[in-house]
This record gives sequence, C-alpha cells and structure tokens, in this order.
Amino acid sequence: MNDSSEHHGSLLKPAKLNTAVAVELADLNKWYGDFHVLRDINLKVMGGERIVICGPSGSGKSTMIRCINRLEEHQIGRIFIDGVELTADLKKIDEVRREVGMVFQHFNLFPHLTVLENCTLAPIWVRKMPKKEAEEVALHYLTRVKIPEQANKYPGQLSGGQQQRVAIARALCMNPKIMLFDEPTSALDPEMVKEVLDTMVELAHDGMTMLVVTHEMGFARQVANRIVFMDEGQIVEANVPEEFFAHPQHERTKLFLSQILH
Amino acid sequence: MTMAEGDLAVAELAFVRHSTIAPRPAPATMTGARGWLRKNLLSSPFNIALTILISLLLAWAIPEIVKFLFIDAVWTGTDRDACLESVQHREIGACWPFVWERLPYFIYGSYPISERWRVDLFFVMLAVGIVWLLWLNAPRRDLGAIYFFLILPVTSFILLTGWSAIGLRPVDTVLWGGVLVTIVVAAVGIVCSLPLGILLALGRRSRMPTVRVLSVIFIEFVRGVPLVTVLFMASVMLPLFIPEQWSPDKLVRALVGIALFASAYMAEVVRAGLQAIPKGQYEGAMAVGLRYWQMMRLVVLPQALKVTIPNIVNTYIGLFKDTTLVFIVGIFDLLRTIEVSRIDPKWATPVTSTTGYAVAAIFYLVFCYGMSRYARATEARLTKGDRR
Repeated sequence: MNDSSEHHGSLLKPAKLNTAVAVELADLNKWYGDFHVLRDINLKVMGGERIVICGPSGSGKSTMIRCINRLEEHQIGRIFIDGVELTADLKKIDEVRREVGMVFQHFNLFPHLTVLENCTLAPIWVRKMPKKEAEEVALHYLTRVKIPEQANKYPGQLSGGQQQRVAIARALCMNPKIMLFDEPTSALDPEMVKEVLDTMVELAHDGMTMLVVTHEMGFARQVANRIVFMDEGQIVEANVPEEFFAHPQHERTKLFLSQILH
Repeated sequence: MTMAEGDLAVAELAFVRHSTIAPRPAPATMTGARGWLRKNLLSSPFNIALTILISLLLAWAIPEIVKFLFIDAVWTGTDRDACLESVQHREIGACWPFVWERLPYFIYGSYPISERWRVDLFFVMLAVGIVWLLWLNAPRRDLGAIYFFLILPVTSFILLTGWSAIGLRPVDTVLWGGVLVTIVVAAVGIVCSLPLGILLALGRRSRMPTVRVLSVIFIEFVRGVPLVTVLFMASVMLPLFIPEQWSPDKLVRALVGIALFASAYMAEVVRAGLQAIPKGQYEGAMAVGLRYWQMMRLVVLPQALKVTIPNIVNTYIGLFKDTTLVFIVGIFDLLRTIEVSRIDPKWATPVTSTTGYAVAAIFYLVFCYGMSRYARATEARLTKGDRR
C-alpha cells in the first residue's frame, strides 16, 4: 500500500516497489507460423510496478502480455512469474494463472452467469473457496468497482463500462499478484472510458503490479512507472513517463507520439 | 452563395421542445384481430395466395380425417364383421374394436400377462422421472437427476428383466414388445447419446492428435453407414465372431447400436454449438485459472448446448422415429406389433391397416410434438435470460 500522502497530486510516484521481480521476460521470441511476432523481448517488472505498453497495432504488445499467462505459447526464451518459470507443464500454467489476473478488450464475461456468479466461479472452483465466502469476496470487489447493486444482473444487461468493471472485479476475486490489461478501454463508448480508467487508477494506488496495454496516454502519464514502446515485435524504447513524453529518443517513438498526441 | 443563404433564411435553424410528447396507442389497423390478420396472413399478394391455398388444403383434409376417425368409425364389435362394408352396408371408417382388442399387445408385446404390472410400474417411474427433471419448479431437481440417471435405469432393468432372488420372474427380452420396446430403445438412445456425443465433439476439437483422429474416424464411420446396417452388423455379424454364450442379448445389441449411432450425430450437433462460442470465452475461462474440464463444464458447454437445443431435440425426434428400424433385427417395437396385428385374419378388413397406422401416427405425433414444444419453451426461457 502507498502512503496516503502520495495520493495528493494526480501523479503517483515514485511507487513503493518490492525488491522482488514479479515478471521477467528473457530473450522472448514467438512466431505465428513464419511471422516473427516477438523478437528478443527482455523486460523485468518489479513487484508493485505499473508498466504501460503502447505501440502501433500489430506491434506484438498484446501477444507479449498474453504470453505472461500462457494464452499464447512462446517458442524461445524464458518467462518467470514470481520466480516460477512458465513452461509447457500444466501445473505451472495453472499456478501462474491463479496468480495473474487478466482484463480483456472485449471483457469476456460469461454471459450465462450473473455478475456475482462470474466473480465467484473461479474462487469456488479453482481456489476451492466455500460459496458463501466467495460471494462475500465478490461483493467486496464489486463494491470497490462501484457496482454492487448489479450483482444479480446478467452481463448483457450492463453497459460496456460496467461490464469492464465487472471483469476487473472478477479478476481481483482471485486475489492475483499481477494484473494484465489488454486494451481495456478500446471497445468502450467514449463516455465510459473514464469510469474504467478510474477503477484502474485506484487499483494502482493500492500497489497492484500492473501491465497495461493501452492507448490512453493520460492514464500512462498519471499512473505508469515506466512506459514501454513496441514496434514490429521489439521493444523500441522504455522510459519513465516524463522522459518518454518529453524527450523520446528513437525516431519511431517520436513519430508515434506525434501521431497520437495532437 | 446567395442561393444557399436564401435557403437558410427559409429553414428554421433553432428548435427547442417545450413539452414532452406522451405515448399514444397504435392505430387500430395494427392491433387486435384485424391487425393480426393483416400482418400474418394478408401482408402481400404472395402471402394472400398462400393463405388461400392452405385454407383450401385444410378444408379438404380435415373433414376427411374427422370423417374417417370419428363419424364413420366403428366403435364396438368382436371381429372383422363389425368393420366390413359388405356386412354393415354403410361406409366404414376406422375400426376401433380392433385397436381395443389389440391394445395390450401394442403396449406390452408378448410380455407375460401376469407380469405386466411391472411394465406399468416402469412407465409410471419413467413418467415421474421425466416430469421431475423437465418441470422447472419441481422440488429438489438435483435428487431428480440422481433418480433419473442412476436409480431409474437400475431399478427398471431389474424390474423388467426380473430377478429371481427377490421373487421377480425373469422375462426374456424376446417377449418384450410394443410401446415398451419403443420407449426403452428411445430412452436409452436419448440418455446415452448426449454425453457420448459431447465427449466425441470435444474429442474432435481436441488438440491431442490421437483423440482427435479416433473421434473423427468414429463419427465419420458411423455417419457414413445407414442405421439399418449398424443394426444388422450388431445382430448378425457380431454372433459370428463371438461365442454364443458370450454374445449379448439381442435387444442389448440393438440398444448399443442405436446409442452409438445417435451419439455420432449428436457429436456433430454439439460441435456446431461449440464452434458458436467465441474464443474470448475460452480465454476468459483460462485466464481466471479454470482447467480444461472445468472450463468446458462451467463456461463453454452450458452456452454451446443452449444454442444447440433445437438441433439436439431435432436429433432426439429423429432418433425416436428411427427406433422403428429395430424390427429389422426381429425386435417387436410398436410399429412391428401393429404390422403383425393388422394381418391377423380375425380382423382382416380394408380399413384395418389404415386404423393401425393411424394409431402409430398418433402415438409418434404426440411424443415428437411434445418434445418439440418443450424445446421451444426452453429456448424461449433461455433467450429471455440473457437478452441484450
């Protein structure tokens, strides 16, 4: 947890980091058939650190974070999550997925289950939590994302912003150490982006380790410890936000920034 | 420019509403019986033509059917004379006394008369199980499932085949017949084909090559062969390879044949449903840490089966009617008992066959239409649940 004194400005840093490495990608390479989608990725994320990953579409940023919970398989290189190496071993994969929460662009809520059931499903079946306790936990997190009153509705009855907040609550119910966000606001109507970003900012305040793929540069400026810019499957530039925005070094970064910051 | 300015001067540029418009009822032509007729029967020339054509067809068919089944029908009698035009000197419709006399045979086949209460009990137990499982507000439906899938099959087996130890005389399946056989074959097919079909569908989509190839071979082989052939193989070929004392009962062989046949079709139906589930659902389930079987059982299959309910029931209806093919291996299902009875010299008249077939038609119609209605209701309920 951060001290409350740090909450004053809208900028919240320096974050208090654990010394432990939460995620380490070492010489990560991945191909889709012949297409070399990730090339020699090296990235170390400390516990409590908040990384924003940006870049043009097709640059491999989504693929990279999807490798972290093995939704995508990598071919060469190593991935360590909280000290555990992610391999084809199913036990390891299960272990990693229990500790890593993920929020998707299209929410991927389960439409046949109520909001509450969406949140309790994994704690009950994966963590073997008693139903009653799981429901308490779920309501706690639904309150935190400010939609406890929607608990008994179905996802289809909620707005996009509400659905995405449910998705965040669903991931939090597993009490993850690391949260991955894959373009969480890209599929939302403009007036709903803020409510989701606010939720994510709050999560950042609580010291969650976050890897966020997003084009929301305001969010990046406000929350990130580091911004990673990717292009053509490679990390082109990484820096703290002030430096990244004020003094981009690489030509590609400059071009990208000039195109998205009008 | 002046032109545009002139247009603008005429157009009203600013508008502010000062009062809200309250909703008004729709015009009478859209509502009530008149609206319904207009919308459903008379909306276009083609529709009007269809309406007239179908009305004429019904006007021709329905009186004929009513006349045969009720008005000209013979209701009492002891033998063929009651239903013979040459004896009665009037137009003769359905010959119901034939059905009354043969009804026990239609229902039980040659099941020993003194033991027929066992079949009745089986029907009652099955009805209780079906209602318990399908009626949504029934109490303790979890117990209902245990009853239907565990207790019912075991007790029915003991009840129908007999068990000397508890004083139930063994009854050879050769004696079974009629509705009893039709229901047993259909029930076993229906209950076995869904789980087997799901496994085969998952196997066919598996990433493990052995599982996938075996599933594909099974499905394609069974689907590529007519049911009649499967039944023939089961009853004629099997005994050639297996010593007689090991060879299973003839009815069991047919049951296995039908269950496997139906499950191959069911597999394709379920696979279509699985394909309708977006990739995001799998990813969402994996990301929260569910394992393969949990993901399938809790997230994917409930949604996949929901969208396939119409097709599942369609397969069930097909299966129910396909049970008539077991006659080919010498099993007396309902249709076969009717076939045998209609050529009985005691009742041989020009209308006997028609009457017998009418009974079969009504029986199959009632069951299949019942299944179809239940499926429609389920579909309506489920789509209401997650209307977007």
